[in-house]
Amino acid sequence: TSLAEVNSFSPSVPISPSSMINQYKFEDGPELRDLFITVDDPESHITAIETFITYRVVTKTTRGEFDSSEYEVRRRYQDFLWLKSRLEEAHPTLIIPPLPEKFIMKGMVERFSDEFIETRRKALHKFLNRIADHPTLTFNEDFKIFLTAQAWELSSHKKQGPGLLSRMGQTVRAVASSVRGAVKNRPEMFTEMNNYMETFSQKINLLDKIAHRIYKEERDYFNEMKEYGPIHTLWSASEEDIADSLKGIASCIDRCCKATERRMAGLSEHLLPILHEYVLYSEILAGVLKRRDQIQGELDSKVDALANKKTEKDLVSEEIGKLEDKVERANNALKADWDRWKQNMQWDMRSSFTNVAENNLRYYEECLATWESFLASQSVDLHVEEDAEERP
Amino acid sequence: MEDCLAKKMEITVSEAEKRTGRNAMNIQETYTAYLIETRAVESQSEGQCVPMDSLWRRYSEFELLRNYLSVTYPHIVVPPLPEKRADFVWHKLSADNMDPDFVERRRIGLENFLLRVASHPVLCQDKIFYAFLTQEGGWKEMVNETGFQLKADSRLKALNATFRVKNPDKRFTELKHYSDELQSVISHLLRVRARVADRLYGVYKVHGNYGRVFSEWSAIEKEMGDGLQSAGHHMDVYAASIDDILEEEEHYADQLKEYLFYAEALRAVCRKHELMQYDLEMAAQDLTSKKQQCEELATGTVRTFSLKGMTSKLFGQETPEQREAKIKVLEEQIQEGEEQLKAKNLEGRDFVKSAWADIERFKEQKNHDLKEALISYAVMQISMCKKGIQVWTNAKECFSKM
Repeated sequence: TSLAEVNSFSPSVPISPSSMINQYKFEDGPELRDLFITVDDPESHITAIETFITYRVVTKTTRGEFDSSEYEVRRRYQDFLWLKSRLEEAHPTLIIPPLPEKFIMKGMVERFSDEFIETRRKALHKFLNRIADHPTLTFNEDFKIFLTAQAWELSSHKKQGPGLLSRMGQTVRAVASSVRGAVKNRPEMFTEMNNYMETFSQKINLLDKIAHRIYKEERDYFNEMKEYGPIHTLWSASEEDIADSLKGIASCIDRCCKATERRMAGLSEHLLPILHEYVLYSEILAGVLKRRDQIQGELDSKVDALANKKTEKDLVSEEIGKLEDKVERANNALKADWDRWKQNMQWDMRSSFTNVAENNLRYYEECLATWESFLASQSVDLHVEEDAEERP
Repeated sequence: MEDCLAKKMEITVSEAEKRTGRNAMNIQETYTAYLIETRAVESQSEGQCVPMDSLWRRYSEFELLRNYLSVTYPHIVVPPLPEKRADFVWHKLSADNMDPDFVERRRIGLENFLLRVASHPVLCQDKIFYAFLTQEGGWKEMVNETGFQLKADSRLKALNATFRVKNPDKRFTELKHYSDELQSVISHLLRVRARVADRLYGVYKVHGNYGRVFSEWSAIEKEMGDGLQSAGHHMDVYAASIDDILEEEEHYADQLKEYLFYAEALRAVCRKHELMQYDLEMAAQDLTSKKQQCEELATGTVRTFSLKGMTSKLFGQETPEQREAKIKVLEEQIQEGEEQLKAKNLEGRDFVKSAWADIERFKEQKNHDLKEALISYAVMQISMCKKGIQVWTNAKECFSKM
C-alpha cells in the first residue's frame, strides 16, 4: 500500500439536484438539464512528498455520449487547473468560468483550514456546473474525461495533450502579437466591450472590498453586542423594582445579537462568493478580449506581409483566407458568449443583492418583534402601576 | 409636593453662549454662559404673555450652588450636575467642551438639574437656590456669606471615619454597597454602549459606499442601470439614517449618566452618617474614659495603667486638695460630655430619620426614571428597526428590477 494516509475530516455535504436548480439560471429551463454534477467530501492525502486534498466529483446524466448514468471520481485542484487550461486552448474566445485562486493572500486563512477548503469546494462545484450549463463547453471532450475517468486514466490522458513547450510557444506568440497594434483594426463592438470590461472590473473590485468591509463591521458589532446584553443582567442583580425590565432588555439584546450573526452568515454564504467570482470573471473577460485581439493580430500581420510583398502571394492569400475565417469564428463565438455572460451576470447580481436585502429585512423584522414584545410586557406593568397610583 | 417651586415657577435653561473674559488670575479664558429664564406660573393663566425674567450663569456657578446645597443639606440626596468634561465618548463625538453637541447636551442637563432641585420638597425652599434663579448680581457673595465652606467636612476626616466607625446603621452600609454597584455597572454599561454605537456607525456608513459605486456602475449597464441607481440612493439614505439614531441614543446615555452621578450623592449621605456615627462613638468613648478617671481619683485605686499613676507612685501622690480640684474639673467635663452625647445622639437619630425619608423618595424616583429610560431605549430600537425595514424594502424592490 502507498504511503498516503486518507483522512476525511469534514462530513460530505450532500447537495440535492433541486437546490442546484435554485442556484443556477438555465437558459433552456431546468427541464432540459441532463447533466448534474456535485463536488463534495474533501479528503486530505499525505504522502512523503506532499499533502494535498481531493474532492469527490459525482456526475449523474441521461446523455447518450456517456457510457453510464452515474460516475464518481476524485479530483485534486491541479486536475481542475488542467481542465480549465484545456478549455481555454480549445475555445480561446469563450468565457471560461473562473476557478478559485491557488492561495488567498488576504486574511489569515490557512491553506488547509476548514473554512478555506469549504470555500474552495463550493467554488469548484460552481465551476463545473457553469461549464455544464454552457451550450458549447458542456460537450467538450476533456470535460467528459474529467468527469468520468478514473485517476490513472486521467493521468495518462493529461500526458497526451500538447506539451508544455508548445503551450509556451503559444504564450510567446500571444505576447508578441499583442504588442503589435492589434488594437488599431479592432471592430467598434470589441472596443466597447473592452471599455465595459475595464469599468466593470473596477466597480466589481470595489464592491468586493465594500462587501468584505461590511462583513467585518458587522462582525465587530456582533462582538461588542455579545458583551452588552449581560451587563443588564448583572445590573438586575442589585435592583428590585426594575430587575425585570433590565432582564428583559438583556434578553432582547441577546436575541438581536443572534439575528446579527445570521445576517453575517447570509452575507458570507451568498454575496461574498458571488462578488469574488465576478472579480475573477473580470480578469477572464480581459483575457478573452486579448486573445481575440491576438487572433486578429495574426490576420493583420499576414495582411501586412502581403502588402510588403515579402512572401509568395498565392500562399499568403490562402493563409489569409483561413485566418479571416478564424477571426470571424472567434468574433462570433465571443459575441454570443458575451451576451450570454451578461445575462447570467445580471441574473446573479439581481439574485445576490435581492438576497442581501432579504437578509437585512429578516434581521430588522426579528429585532422589531423582539423589542415590541418587550415593550408590550412593560406596558402591562405600567397599567398596573397607574391604577395603584390612582387609588387613594 | 404642592409646595415645591417647580409647580409655581417655570424654569428653563434656554440658551448657551460662548464668552471670553478674564478669570481670577487675570488670564483670558473662553467659557460658556447659560441663560436661565424664569416666570411665575400664575401669571400665565391670565391669558397674557408675560415675558420671562432671565440671567446668565456659568458652569462654575452651578457647581458653587451644588456644593452649598450638599453641605447645607447633608441628609438629602442632592441632584448631580451634568458632567464637567465629555466622558464615554465614541469616535464621532469630540471630547471638546466647546463642541456644540456637548454644549447643547449640557444645557439640557443643567436645566434638568434646576428642575430636580425645584421639585425637591426640601431643597426648593432654599433662599440661595431662589436667588440663583432670580438674582443676577451679588449672588456669589451671598453664598460665601453663609459660611457654608466652614461647615464642609474634610475629605480626610470622612475617610478616617469610614475605616474606624464601629457600629454604623446597617441600612447605610447596604446603601453604600448598592451605590458602589450602581456606579460600577452603569459605568461599564456606558462604556460598552459607546463601543456598540461606534460599531453600528461603521456598519451603516460603509453601506454608503454602495451608493457611490452602484451609481458609477449603472452608467455602463443598459438594463440594470435604473435598478442599480435607485438602489444606490436607498443605500445612501440608509447610511445617513444612523446620525439621528445615535444622536437620540446620546440622550438615553445622559439619562443613565445622571444616575451614575446620583450614586456619588448617595455615597455622600452615607459618608455623612458614618462621620456623625464615628463622632458619636468617639464622644462616648471619651466620656467613658473620663468617668473612669474620675472614679479612680475618687477611690484611689488604679485599675488601669497610666503614666500619672506611675509618676505618682515614683514621686509621691498628690495632695488631697489637688485631687479634689481634679475631680471637680472632671465632673464638670463629664456633665458637659453627657449633654453633648445626648445632643449628638438626638442629632444622629434625626439625621438617620430624615436621610432615610429622602432616600426612600430617591429610590422611587430612580425606579420610575430608569424604567422610563429603558422603555424609551426599546422605543428607539423599534424606530431604528422600522427605518431599516423601510429602506431595505425599497432597496429590495430596486434590486429585483435589475
